[in-house]
Amino acid sequence: MMADLTLSRPLRRSSAHYRMRRRAFRALQVCALGLVLVYTLFPYYWAFVSSTKQGAALYRSVLLPALDFTYYRQLIDNPVFMGSLLNSAYVAVSTTCLSLIIGISAAYALGRIDFPQRRAVLMVILMISIFPQVVVLSGMFELINWLGLFNRPSALVLTYLLSTVPFTTWILTTFIREFPRELEEAAIVDGCSHLRILMKILLPLMGPSLASTGILAFILAWNEFLFALTFTLTDENRTVPVAIGLIAGTNRYEYPFGQIMAASVTVTLPLIAVVLIFQRRIVAGLTAGAVKG
Amino acid sequence: MSARLARRDHRAAWFFLLPVIAAMLVVAVWPLGRTFFFAFTDAYLDDPSVYTMVGLANFLEVFNDPSWWLAVRNTLVFTVISVSIETVLGLAIALLINDAIPGRGLARAAILVPWAIPVVVATKIWEWMLNDQFGVINKVLIELGLIDHGVAWTASGSLIMGVVIFIDVWMTTPFMVLLILAGLQMLSHEIFEAAAVDGIPAWKRFWSITLPMLRPAIGVAVLFRSLDALRMFDLSYVLAGSNEKVMTVSIYARDRLISFQELGVGSAASTWVFLLVALVAIILIGALRLDKAAGH
Amino acid sequence: MASVSMESVSKNFGTHKVIQDVNLAIKDGEFVVFVGPSGCGKSTLLRIVAGLISASSGTVRIGGDDVTDVPAAKRGVAFVFQSYALYPHMTVARNIGFALETMGIKRDAIARKVETVARMLKVDHLLQRRPRELSGGQRQRVAIGRALVRQPDIFLFDEPLSNLDADLRMEMRMEIARLHEDLRTTMIYVTHDQSEAMTLADRIVVLNHGRVEQIGTPSELYHRPDNRFVAGFIGSPRMNFLPVKAGADDRGEGVLGPGGLWLPRVANLAAPAEIGVRPEALRILPAGTGRFDCVLERVEDLGHEHFAYCRIAGGPIWVIRLAASPEQSLIGKAVALSFEDHSIFFFAADGERIAVPSDKTDARRAIR
Repeated sequence: MMADLTLSRPLRRSSAHYRMRRRAFRALQVCALGLVLVYTLFPYYWAFVSSTKQGAALYRSVLLPALDFTYYRQLIDNPVFMGSLLNSAYVAVSTTCLSLIIGISAAYALGRIDFPQRRAVLMVILMISIFPQVVVLSGMFELINWLGLFNRPSALVLTYLLSTVPFTTWILTTFIREFPRELEEAAIVDGCSHLRILMKILLPLMGPSLASTGILAFILAWNEFLFALTFTLTDENRTVPVAIGLIAGTNRYEYPFGQIMAASVTVTLPLIAVVLIFQRRIVAGLTAGAVKG
Repeated sequence: MSARLARRDHRAAWFFLLPVIAAMLVVAVWPLGRTFFFAFTDAYLDDPSVYTMVGLANFLEVFNDPSWWLAVRNTLVFTVISVSIETVLGLAIALLINDAIPGRGLARAAILVPWAIPVVVATKIWEWMLNDQFGVINKVLIELGLIDHGVAWTASGSLIMGVVIFIDVWMTTPFMVLLILAGLQMLSHEIFEAAAVDGIPAWKRFWSITLPMLRPAIGVAVLFRSLDALRMFDLSYVLAGSNEKVMTVSIYARDRLISFQELGVGSAASTWVFLLVALVAIILIGALRLDKAAGH
Repeated sequence: MASVSMESVSKNFGTHKVIQDVNLAIKDGEFVVFVGPSGCGKSTLLRIVAGLISASSGTVRIGGDDVTDVPAAKRGVAFVFQSYALYPHMTVARNIGFALETMGIKRDAIARKVETVARMLKVDHLLQRRPRELSGGQRQRVAIGRALVRQPDIFLFDEPLSNLDADLRMEMRMEIARLHEDLRTTMIYVTHDQSEAMTLADRIVVLNHGRVEQIGTPSELYHRPDNRFVAGFIGSPRMNFLPVKAGADDRGEGVLGPGGLWLPRVANLAAPAEIGVRPEALRILPAGTGRFDCVLERVEDLGHEHFAYCRIAGGPIWVIRLAASPEQSLIGKAVALSFEDHSIFFFAADGERIAVPSDKTDARRAIR
């Protein structure tokens, strides 16, 4: 049968040798993981530490926070900053709600109804999400002015739809496809309209999907910079990213880094908390869109 | 299903699509169309109703502007290097997290932090850390004896692109990690057991089995990241404003539009940006399709 | 030398004890089958032999060497998976020969070996296809070919035939048996199908809830099961059981059971809690003329044999295997069952079989 050459046996050392090798490799992996943790978390930690040092202490590199919260108190007294928090909240929440509504409606059509132009519509929506934001600036400028929304946060609620709606549509479509057909078949046999199927059957089940998508859309809207920079002019209408981006000292050598760090920490702490709490949902949303798409 | 029922379904579908179609017409199609239109005019931002048609003059003006080509070069360099590093690093971290070692749950959560932070904030934090006099990075490097005085990372012309790439890698590697990790977790466990028992060493398992099977996931991740990188605005702008050394095409177009108030030329520049991104998108998607057809 | 032994091997997943203190020794060239119900740990045990799962405690030896911590790649075993686990992006030819690439063998030598093996398993015409283009049976052959071409010391099979149709299963069973005859390599085979175990194995390891219930040849397991579990697991249709207890009636001291069953009790032995008799050892007689009475509820005719179902005292049902059908008029009526003394198995309350002096107790090797 297999009379030709006998194969050389793989070299096998003692069991103990392999035990040690595995332990060493494990140790290396844990170290690498530690490095990854430092790499990802240290900057944020440092921002926090810096924000709690006052005056000259800022310029020394002690690793532990000094726990002086002066900068935070300054922030609370700063109307521009507090105003920007409100503006951002208003814009992000409004945009998220609108895009979820628009998105789930579209997702029902794209995910549960088989119609011939379905693929084409999905493609078009995907293409819109690839648009460079710059390319709609001119036209958007005209539109915002025409609607009288220039330098108002509501302008952003409208313009952000360009990014958030394709995003929510795509992800909700992927999520809504997950449900088995049997769910609707009973309703269809009973003569239910599509609207009833969506509202009474699918929507109640989509709580987690809506939450994930909503969180992602919220983060997208909260962090947006270009449109916010372009369409709001005066301090009281700014959103948070622009407010932080434009914090400048009176001259180059007096950059108020302490304040900036305090602002950074304040703005991102709730974001990070939300992300960490809902991390499974968030990951599900992100990967659903990409992997299955 | 009967034809009549099917038609009823199709009508229902379009009914549900009305909101998204309306929204996209208003915020995407209309503004895009207007931008294309303005590109052919000599209008100015302060009074867009006054203009004349100037044909392709604006496009040529941008085409002949060395600043534009500098911006193109910056954007492409940034995209290629950034995405390459993020892919390799993302793959490495994803492989690390995929293994069942203590601390992987913590790592999986921690990795989301850089991604969740707004670009502006991340930029400011790194700007502070890289500060030439007081930044912690310089302090550590001096301690380690690698340099003898603080490096002005963001002031130096040759270094600033490196800084931009570095910050971008820090912010978006998590995204790559998540996508690749999802792809990894979809791979059948038994295939790797089979390879292990057959005596295939770890590096060959990775090279001949893991990597080829991950190609679709990595391809999608690279596609999305590349298109994102081409459109980059926030990072360069917050770090360096209109500094030519790191100006991206988006910054160039916006500058023309807002700073110079040139509605016409700015729109033309935006159109060029659109064409550039569309071109790269077509190339990449084509490559992905070819890869899919060949490999499977 | 490809003997395999396990000493006090246990495996826990968290607090769940999957394998509990297993001891066994497999000789070079033996065909051993691990058999048991779902969840008994047989696949886990096989993977511990392969090195894909590490034991929580205990020692695994191959050829006498301690391989407990040696990674799977270095153990020189081949594994055939239930789901075949073929590399989907490689051709059949590359799938089979992939392991040889790492051994530093020249490409044409690899091609020759792959050809030989493929021809032997009748998949040589499929070498350039991808796994997704193959049927289940063809994929299984490729999986076996992948194992074969490495000329391993030990073959491990994890329920390789479970995903195949019945006739294909029989054909592949014969192929595997023939393979063993040709190669005489040690083979460990996992299955939940006791008839596969009985027909393929030199020896069988019966597992239940992570413990070894008995190790023995098919004949030993059939004729001399150590406990109630093995008795009920081996043999199809399964052995009939009846609860009994020690007592006395007008026939004297003995073992009493429902339906009027009375068996003489052997002195100095534990009191049995159950008896068992195999379906093929029973005869149907007119009521009152046998060991105990019951009601003949149903007869199934399979053509070459018949199964009669009798309910005893309104409780348990006994299956009787007969060549000829009993009288139609008896259906629904009372009948008596009769069996020889040597067909009775006695079981104590803890499930252990009680050996009656007439038993030949010699061949019960304690490989525990």
